[in-house]
Amino acid sequence: MRLLKSQIDQKDGSGFATLLPEELEDMWHAYNLIQPSDRLRARAIRRVTKTSDSGSVASQRITLDLTISVTSSDFDIGSGQLHVAGKVASENEHVKLGSHHTLDLELQRKFTLEKGDGWDSVALELLKEACDTEKRAELWAVVMGEGIANICVITEHQTILRQRVEIPVPRKRKGGLDGHNKAMEKFFSITLSTLLRNLDLGNASAQTDKTVPLLLASPGFIAQSFLSYLKGEATRTTNKPLLALVPSIMVAHSSSPHVHSLSEVLSSPAIRSTLSDTKYARETALMDKFHSLLRQDDGRAWYGPREVERAVDKGAVGRGGGVLLISNALFRAQNIRERKRWVGLVDRVREVEGGEVRVLSSLHESGKRLEGLGNVAAILTFPLEDLDEEEGVTGAQVEEEADMVI
Amino acid sequence: MPGHHRAKAIGYDDDDIYDEDEGEYEEEGGDAMTEEDREQMRVCTIQVKEALGASVEVTDAQIQESLWHYYYDVGKTATYLKNKHAPSKPKPLAQPKKKTTSRFDEAASSAAHDTKATSGLKSKPTHKPNGDKLVDSVDKLTVEETPRVKSKNLNVLEEFRKSGMKRMASFVVIGHVDHGKSTLMGRLLYDLKVIDQRSVDKLKKEAQTIGKSSFHLAWVMDETSEERSRGVTIDIATNYFETEKTMFTILDAPGHRDFIPNMIAGASQADFAILVIDASTNSFEAGLKGQTKEHCLLVRSMGVQRLVIAVNKMDTVSWSQERFDDISQQMLAFLTAANFVKKNITFIPCAGLTGENVTRKIADPNAKWYTRGTLVEAGETAVEAINAVQPTERIAEKPLRMTIDNVFRGGIQNPISISGRIDTGTLQIGDTITAMPANETAIIKAIEVADEPVDWVVAGQIPTLHLADIDPVHLRLGDVVCDPKFPVKLTKRFTCKMLAFEHVFPMAVDVYRGRLQAEGKVRNLEGLLNKFTGETVKKNPRIVKPGEVARVVVVLERELPLEAGTRIVLRAEGSTVAAGLLEG
Repeated sequence: MRLLKSQIDQKDGSGFATLLPEELEDMWHAYNLIQPSDRLRARAIRRVTKTSDSGSVASQRITLDLTISVTSSDFDIGSGQLHVAGKVASENEHVKLGSHHTLDLELQRKFTLEKGDGWDSVALELLKEACDTEKRAELWAVVMGEGIANICVITEHQTILRQRVEIPVPRKRKGGLDGHNKAMEKFFSITLSTLLRNLDLGNASAQTDKTVPLLLASPGFIAQSFLSYLKGEATRTTNKPLLALVPSIMVAHSSSPHVHSLSEVLSSPAIRSTLSDTKYARETALMDKFHSLLRQDDGRAWYGPREVERAVDKGAVGRGGGVLLISNALFRAQNIRERKRWVGLVDRVREVEGGEVRVLSSLHESGKRLEGLGNVAAILTFPLEDLDEEEGVTGAQVEEEADMVI
Repeated sequence: MPGHHRAKAIGYDDDDIYDEDEGEYEEEGGDAMTEEDREQMRVCTIQVKEALGASVEVTDAQIQESLWHYYYDVGKTATYLKNKHAPSKPKPLAQPKKKTTSRFDEAASSAAHDTKATSGLKSKPTHKPNGDKLVDSVDKLTVEETPRVKSKNLNVLEEFRKSGMKRMASFVVIGHVDHGKSTLMGRLLYDLKVIDQRSVDKLKKEAQTIGKSSFHLAWVMDETSEERSRGVTIDIATNYFETEKTMFTILDAPGHRDFIPNMIAGASQADFAILVIDASTNSFEAGLKGQTKEHCLLVRSMGVQRLVIAVNKMDTVSWSQERFDDISQQMLAFLTAANFVKKNITFIPCAGLTGENVTRKIADPNAKWYTRGTLVEAGETAVEAINAVQPTERIAEKPLRMTIDNVFRGGIQNPISISGRIDTGTLQIGDTITAMPANETAIIKAIEVADEPVDWVVAGQIPTLHLADIDPVHLRLGDVVCDPKFPVKLTKRFTCKMLAFEHVFPMAVDVYRGRLQAEGKVRNLEGLLNKFTGETVKKNPRIVKPGEVARVVVVLERELPLEAGTRIVLRAEGSTVAAGLLEG
């Protein structure tokens, strides 16, 4: 995203920013930035009807700049399209004030955003991050199993499941090996063609000279077999872009063919060293750290909104190792009070307590893991017990020779 | 009579003349053979008899009947009779589609709609010698060729009681990778003459060429090229053998940790388990940390209560009693902690590669201390105990449930076939079944158990069902086949009681039930429970520690056929996190 112009008052956060989205990921940033009650100005196409003096109605599609006061936004992850609905907020010769309009934000078309109640720290940071063009890591991953493949693209801020391939593969059976091998062959060929269609190698290599790394992960030997199939096909069909891709393919081990095992793949040492500096890898490592602390159960890892707020109140998320993990889903809250609550918490941890704040993308696996924990978690500097206020009535267990309930 | 003819003639407007001819034949009193026909019949009967030889007992009448049917084709008649009177082989259904045969078909299918016409069908071929018997065979043929499958409407439970069938048992072979599970089973099959010397010799030769000669017995089970070249079992291998009393089904599970989903699929079909342990130095210890432990916990949480522990590779420790006792002791301590009951565990020392104490006694003088039975005998004992606890009839009375373990093409005749264990209920040919979650019905065309065709199956058996009237896209591994009247409910969110093996907090998990494998999330920890009474000890805990029992809410990615009372396994990041019992 390019910041074309900005006029933001540092003190009260009033002002506007004019932005130009350049790639799909920028739509995701825009989605996170735009809040209900904000004012958004962008180019729009609107059908305008005019009633002439004689009473005949003429309708016309005209392009005009509209400013709307946002009421809701809708983001399609797959295609990266963002639709922002709202009421027209500035008088216009064609459109009445207060009439509804939905703006479709597009790539390479600038928009101006003015925050309804000022740019807060989280919004400012997001703006800075969105306009940082330096790190643009991108990685394609195929998480596969026998007869199932999930083709995903991992960018700095999102993991997008592009396509899922599911081919029925008959299991090993006495005298029926043929069916298994044939189906596997078919599965590989469909996965490869789907992958190539998604990668769009012909175009990509024309635009940029760097090749995008491809990660194949599976339990067992399927990823390995698929790589050798891919190599074989590339040589057989002399597909030059594909041959060029081969050296940047990594094979890793995952425990299941599902997308959520990506987090486990990306935290494996071999992969981490190649991806070291992506946001994704950092977030994954952080979540892993949180999980291991949680497992130790020494009262230094807490999750859930109430518990974390209480921990912050007690000053446990502060200097010297206190980390607040928060998903950006909370900042997208439609309710403004809700957003303020979380922005307030972030500000407090960062400025008053001196702790570290990590905003995790809800579109990454790490963010999904956090979502399960209530979207917010904290690593404390000192152990706290019973933040959940439950009376721990752990009575002496009756160790009898009875059958367990399970 | 004439009335029937008129009714039938409607469909055959194009060859009315022929039809009338037929009518005349019949009026002549059923003997329409000319002199030539009779002569030809006589010559051919002799030829067929020669072709069949003494081994097949067939009467002249049967031969003539078939000859008439095959238009005096000696070769076809002989093949037909051979197959018919050698019951193990399925009947040849590939009939030459000749004019009269297909007309019978049409007649038969119209007969199926109109019961009145049935008697017409019977009366029709009376012009042929020994017509009545022929009707039977024609009837059978036509039934199989029409898409609708006729049910025999058996009372399967009654049949099962009457049949006095040998008892059946399936067992899963579990244990750490490279502890010799497949080799042990290969040996068992070889010694019981299920596979012949020639095939073993062939495997031995092949194994030697790639420098893995000791793997040749395992290759009996490991058939795919991938498994052979890597030297590990990847998927469950199914095989059968019989003893005097019992028909056993072997489910040879992979030991490698990556293939635990396959092992779960196998264990879910088993009555008891054989745990294979490598007795050689360090191997046992490595296994105990690895899959020996996990497999035990898994089979236990899937309801397998009885274990036969084969302490394998005893030849490498020269049948040391000390080593055997040491292993037994350690395992017993672990297993009782894992909630196995001591009397349900049997330890057997053996050597899979040499075959000692698998089917025959140990020859080695060092093993004099061991006086109890062989592995097969231990298996028999286990089956006896299981049958005493839960007779088949009880679970067979419940509505049908069967988890699909495999979907494949059974051949040209059977384009869609499925296999799996019948958990509850019964099935017979002609039954309509519903596959969930697709909610599509299919008709059972044929049933096979251990590669033999049967008419019906009961709970506990692992049949192959050949289906008709369903598109294969509706059948996926892990789907549940059920009675259309009592379909299994689909759930997306369920509460379950679970025993944690690892720390559990709200997180992404894979939910396993037999072959079913689904993405899901632990959404809520509702409470920690008392292990024995089931009372809630602590509400909304933050984390469930290993060994604790808790009630949790799991949300699945998509709706799946899971019923209350189903046992599931939760796994995350390659290890088994918890075993659960669905509450609804």
